[in-house]
Amino acid sequence: MSHLLEVRDLSVRFETDRGSLHAVDRVSFSLRESEVLGLVGESGCGKSVMTMATLRLLPRTAVVSGEALFEGVDLLKQSPASLRRVRGREIAFVFQEPMTSLNPVFTVGRQIGEVLRLHLGLSKRDAQDRAIELLNLVHIAAPARRVNEYPHQLSGGMRQRVMIAMALACDPKILVADEPTTALDVTIQAGILDLLRELREQIGIAIILITHNLGVVADVADRVLVMYAGRKVEEALVDDLFAAPQHPYTLGLLGALPRPGVRLLQEIPGRVPSLTVLPDACTFAPRCSRAEELCYAREPAFSTVRPQHAVACIHPGSGVGVS
Amino acid sequence: MSVLEVDGLVKHFSSGNRILGGSGAVVHAVEDVSFELARGEVLGLVGESGSGKSTVANCVARLIEPTSGTIRLHGEEITHLSRRAMRPHRRRLHIVFQDSYSSLNPRFTASQIVGEPLRLHGLARGAGVDSRVVELFERVGLRSELRFRYPHELSGGQRQRVGLARALSVEPSVLVADEPVSALDVSVQASILNLLRDLQDDLGFSCLFITHDLSTVEFLCDRVAVMYLGRIVELAPREQLYATPKHPYTQALLSAAVVPDPVKQRARQRVVLAGDIPSPISPPSGCAFHTRCPLAQQICADELPPLKPVGSGHTAACHLIGPTGEAPTIGN
Repeated sequence: MSHLLEVRDLSVRFETDRGSLHAVDRVSFSLRESEVLGLVGESGCGKSVMTMATLRLLPRTAVVSGEALFEGVDLLKQSPASLRRVRGREIAFVFQEPMTSLNPVFTVGRQIGEVLRLHLGLSKRDAQDRAIELLNLVHIAAPARRVNEYPHQLSGGMRQRVMIAMALACDPKILVADEPTTALDVTIQAGILDLLRELREQIGIAIILITHNLGVVADVADRVLVMYAGRKVEEALVDDLFAAPQHPYTLGLLGALPRPGVRLLQEIPGRVPSLTVLPDACTFAPRCSRAEELCYAREPAFSTVRPQHAVACIHPGSGVGVS
Repeated sequence: MSVLEVDGLVKHFSSGNRILGGSGAVVHAVEDVSFELARGEVLGLVGESGSGKSTVANCVARLIEPTSGTIRLHGEEITHLSRRAMRPHRRRLHIVFQDSYSSLNPRFTASQIVGEPLRLHGLARGAGVDSRVVELFERVGLRSELRFRYPHELSGGQRQRVGLARALSVEPSVLVADEPVSALDVSVQASILNLLRDLQDDLGFSCLFITHDLSTVEFLCDRVAVMYLGRIVELAPREQLYATPKHPYTQALLSAAVVPDPVKQRARQRVVLAGDIPSPISPPSGCAFHTRCPLAQQICADELPPLKPVGSGHTAACHLIGPTGEAPTIGN
């Protein structure tokens, strides 16, 4: 399988009044065709910023370095005009909050149609027909009626389906779904996750799924990247990550989840470090029970524990967790 | 002995004044909700958005006026007490909110926030307030020097701890917790849940725990009530609810929850409900769930099913449950 997207040493720094903020620090990853890659981490770990940076969707205060090769072309070096041909057309985004991502004064059909007319040059009528097809694809009942409705007439789950329909309009190769079910109820979330899985199987789209919910990752991802404080700390196939997590942070995250029969949840002591400094050390060391001098002496290199499973820790292993 | 008894609670909101452009329609937020909270018990109130669970919490804490029904705290009716008459009762029942930022006064230091109820209820004065605040900070796992900080100088988890310290400052016998961990990251969530359980074990207060997350309920609660569109559809001891859910909605809810284990999660049979939760402005006739229930029959649309016993301490409201408590199963 070939790599659709290959990100190498991507760093994102924000210049703020209080100095530099290193949101993402030298993260590399790749995405294969029709693969679902889960990006996991807690607030502020850089998972959203990283994907937005690949399409240069960040404000000017962001300084981005590294490479983001899409089908061999570095997106970070493209002109705004050629980037526009990739955004929405080859790589499309779905965000967490469907209400704020949709324009309240235009009908659903017109908003989906806009993408089609802009990118594919369809006529108004063709765009409308295709919009109905797309609504059908994402399982919205009575698409011919819904296409003429406004966002406020739709429920939260339906709005998210409209967002997905819009993202799929130009038949993109990659769908970036940033916390697509976080704002939704569990029963609605189940339907959206089924839809994502179905799209991958039927139209073979590759998906980058950004989420803080490990259950969602367990449900749909093939491979997972765990991020902490702007750095990648672990990367593995989904089954391996859950069956044999290696990084103490990953272990901590998994242990923090309430499960049947568990009387005491695992806590991760301390707090996420400030992103203003880039220590040449393990950023998780101050919160880690396995930490020793060496962890503070230099940044741990990635070591491979099994095929496709890499971890940035001097003491990897799924034995004892963080206390 | 119940510390809190809620009987036939109803709350209707009017959705705006017609003259000012509102529809004047009535939102049926809570319909005929009854439950009891025993001493030292943690009762989970679970439901999706719009189920009315937070409205129940706000009625119980008397932050909003119930439309009808009765609320008894330690046997005394507090349903329609005036603000002034309610005041002495506020010591016995306190609430913790989801959004720790908007529920703490930004102009107060953490110490003032936690000390305020102590002063208002005359539980401490002068230097006594500060020493009690220090004690409470220790109790909820905050370093005492943090008490001089303002809410914006604290992290989300720390703010939630301040909210807990404030609630516990008056040593209430009932704690109402409205989605106290929903806005927090997983690792912070774990520490707050552990803390809540510890405090509950040590102090023995009763807790009405409102949440949409079934896994936190399983961790914390002794009994669970499931709400759908303003009504309790099932109420059972925790183990029973998870092992033998009777109501089709409870079954759907449990099957839709994702578990953090790819092997188990992918092998699970998921029942995806059709459609969305109906509008509480015009709730469906009969059983409110009949519009989405894969098993619905004619009777479900015609008649409201009563909550009836289906096992020991287990009640459910579904026409399809047999006389001996045998339940229909959705998903094949």
